[in-house]
Amino acid sequence: MIQFAFKRFALAALILVVAVTVMFLMIRAVPGDPVSIMLGPRATPELKARLIAEMGLDQSLPKQLFIYFSGLLRGDLGVDVFSGRDVTTIVFEQLPHTLKLIFSAILWSALLGIGLGCYAAAHPNTWIDRAAAAISVSFIAAPAFVVALLSLLVFAVYLQWFPAIGVGEGFWDTAWHLVLPSLAIGLSWVGYIARLVRASMLEVLGENHIRTARAFGLSERRIVGIYALRIAILPVVTVIGVGMGFLLSSAVFTEIVFARPGLGKLVIDSITSRNYPIVMGAVLVSTALFVISTAVADLINAILDPRARSGT
Amino acid sequence: MTETLLEIDNLSVDYETARGDLKALRDISFDVNRGEIVGIVGESGCGKSTLISAILRLIAPNTRFRNGAIRFKGDDLLTRTEEQMRALRGGDISIVFQDPMQTHNPVITIGKQMVDIQHRVKISKAEKLATAARMLGVVGIPDPEARLKQYPHEFSGGMRQRIAIAMALMSEPDLLIADEPTTALDATLEVQIIERLKDLQRDFGCAILFISHHLGVIAELCDRVVVMYAGAVVESGTVREIFHNPKHPYTRRLIECDPGHIKTRARVLPTIPGEVPDLANLPEGCIFRERCDQAMARCAQVPPLTRLSEGHNAACWLNHAEEIA
Repeated sequence: MIQFAFKRFALAALILVVAVTVMFLMIRAVPGDPVSIMLGPRATPELKARLIAEMGLDQSLPKQLFIYFSGLLRGDLGVDVFSGRDVTTIVFEQLPHTLKLIFSAILWSALLGIGLGCYAAAHPNTWIDRAAAAISVSFIAAPAFVVALLSLLVFAVYLQWFPAIGVGEGFWDTAWHLVLPSLAIGLSWVGYIARLVRASMLEVLGENHIRTARAFGLSERRIVGIYALRIAILPVVTVIGVGMGFLLSSAVFTEIVFARPGLGKLVIDSITSRNYPIVMGAVLVSTALFVISTAVADLINAILDPRARSGT
Repeated sequence: MTETLLEIDNLSVDYETARGDLKALRDISFDVNRGEIVGIVGESGCGKSTLISAILRLIAPNTRFRNGAIRFKGDDLLTRTEEQMRALRGGDISIVFQDPMQTHNPVITIGKQMVDIQHRVKISKAEKLATAARMLGVVGIPDPEARLKQYPHEFSGGMRQRIAIAMALMSEPDLLIADEPTTALDATLEVQIIERLKDLQRDFGCAILFISHHLGVIAELCDRVVVMYAGAVVESGTVREIFHNPKHPYTRRLIECDPGHIKTRARVLPTIPGEVPDLANLPEGCIFRERCDQAMARCAQVPPLTRLSEGHNAACWLNHAEEIA
């Protein structure tokens, strides 16, 4: 198990190195000179030269890459050219807001989706199953930014049940501020996870070992909730791990709609002001988040499924 | 020791399908006495599996009980509620299924599965684990305490089937149903499992309903045999009677076709010509008429299952010679 975890995280680190390199080269390959864009048309040549030296743009490309990676190893993502603050500090100030949003969304949507999927699979082709299917499909069809805008209008502006903007302070206030944004990005996941759980649950319930469990008089709740779910959940864990990427991108929309601080808002703001070190830092952290979450999903699956542990 | 434990009485079961009702079982009648081993033999599709799922009522949703009764200790199971049936499963009646590779949950340890099936016993988890370990020892799994922590894929097929037997016997059932428990295993393992079942049956004193298409195994293990063909009982009797004095042409052909029975080197293995009739569209008369080499005019009527001698019944007009003459 430890060996599996070690291997999986070594792979994650390798993926991250490749991703950072590609990202670094892509930014350099974009035509145009970032320094003149940042300083504007009236910049003096001296100022330009100073900024170029500061950003290390006068070095050769491999050297620049080396400098970036050696900074990365020390946890240094560079310096914000405007404020002079550490990019690492800026990004990690915003990260918790995005993490709270993503994890609250995945938590409620996974719980509800798994429950709905199990229930539908345990009562196939009943009206409950059909209703669950209709609800799931309509949830899937609702994009995060539409749900965000609508819920903002209905629940924050019209009904005024929830705050419209900001992140709040303290546990309850934070949670209160999370409700609508979390609803916006979690809603389609409820439907998606419910459909997925139903399909994989129905398959597992048809397997021979479930017949054995029934033949020993185990309760239907135990059979569905433990014996079948532990197998049916495996593809869901993988999908959620990969889905972190999608969640990060829907978090961008949601953070803008609800004027929430967070990684998504940071990236958009930095792109419009051509603040490349911050864009680079924020994208790097998002990428790392994605790579880590897929690795963690594999790890959870290895814990849940002993066959995967010994197989690879 | 001739108290009747299980009594199948004129049982008829259909499957509702788009093509119409599939008559999977028709007027099945036989008994299993306490402590007795009864074999059920027949080709694939003869209704063996429908019969055992009907006894435990682990049935597909399109199953319809049309007629008859399944009496267990005198109590008709067909009138029981689902909750009452659940109390019986893994308690007084337990079952060993055909495919040992898929009979256990792959992501739960054997120990936990064996503890979970003792859900009716009011003892501590440690005691349940001890019971489980003891049962693994009984079926000959070495080092049982350590192996309880392992998952099914860490056991061989033969071991998994022995674990399945241990699980089935753990509740000390009155009736053990064995659904082709050795079909998926190779021949040497098959002998092992059969020997083990015989010993265990002697120790535990339970009755066994042993389903197989392997005549050799039936002859080796069972006291009595029920021969089924296309959803009906064609002959039943003691092992000695059935194998030495078969009274139904189907039984005779079945014994002739058994590879274990063929003594001389044959160029072509004997078969029964024809196919099992379509159960959704049953032909008139005797069910075996189309494939029978001794069919006669009278076979246009369904022959009744008639008692020929003490404990030997057959459904064939050939046994009614005095009436023909």
